[in-house]
Amino acid sequence: MIQRDENRYAGAKLGIWLFLFTEILLFGGLFLLYAAYLSQYPHEFASAGHEMQLAFGFANTLVLITSSMLAAMSLTAVQLREQRKALIMLGATIFCAIIFLVNKYFEWSSEINSGFYPNSPRLATGPMGEALYFSLYYLTTGLHGLHVLIGIVLLTLVSVKVSHGTIHAGNYVLLENSALYWHLVDLIWIFIFPLYYLVL
Amino acid sequence: MALEKHETGVHVISYKVLMMVWLTLMILTGLTVWVSRQDLGVGHILGSLAIAVAKGGLVIAFFMHMSFEGRLLRWLLFVALLTLAVFIGFTFFDLAYR
Repeated sequence: MIQRDENRYAGAKLGIWLFLFTEILLFGGLFLLYAAYLSQYPHEFASAGHEMQLAFGFANTLVLITSSMLAAMSLTAVQLREQRKALIMLGATIFCAIIFLVNKYFEWSSEINSGFYPNSPRLATGPMGEALYFSLYYLTTGLHGLHVLIGIVLLTLVSVKVSHGTIHAGNYVLLENSALYWHLVDLIWIFIFPLYYLVL
Repeated sequence: MALEKHETGVHVISYKVLMMVWLTLMILTGLTVWVSRQDLGVGHILGSLAIAVAKGGLVIAFFMHMSFEGRLLRWLLFVALLTLAVFIGFTFFDLAYR
């Protein structure tokens, strides 16, 4: 019986990692597209990149790294049978995720108000490379933002299960897998941040 | 003691270790912003990506517990990253010699 539980645990863990690999390849494709366009339109990418506001990206990097640590701590707490602490950590993780999205909302609003959005008059009449940069920027950060949203739903579900005691020191694979998903969201952002905000 | 062995043989990463990793990630984030402000030319991209890889490695190794996983998951991660590297490498092989 114990053997079967351990197999199930290992299977669940393998499953989430295989899923995460497909996510890495998905975002990897977008990073590849970024690199290919950058080598084709270096000057246009540089001028478009200078329109980005570093403060937004920097703040969101700090928020996401912190939330990732909190998610990891919630797993430690459950393993140490500190259910209350785990709940607080999960709540703080979700809070950080919401801050991230609010920040993103203000960032996108400011960019859209400056006339940078797909097919905007400013981009449609400007050089091709700049339009490509912003299309790719909205696609990549939008897809990442969708992952943040899914992460919030997932972590909320996990919090409910922790508070009901369905997730505990003897069975926490759902918490562990949700945390792994959340760390992936952080991992992707760690690469988005330098590519879109710093290197150009 | 950084690591405690759980009774079921599962690794528990202490709060202290997680906070140390967080602190390192924060310092690396500050460093990458500082590097981007220096006049390095193409060194910007290489420097920023090197720091991003270091940060990603820390997240995978500690937050995602990969340094305590078995051989299967480590090899699968290696294969996934190798696949990505082949995609990106071959694209640039093509772009560079067009």
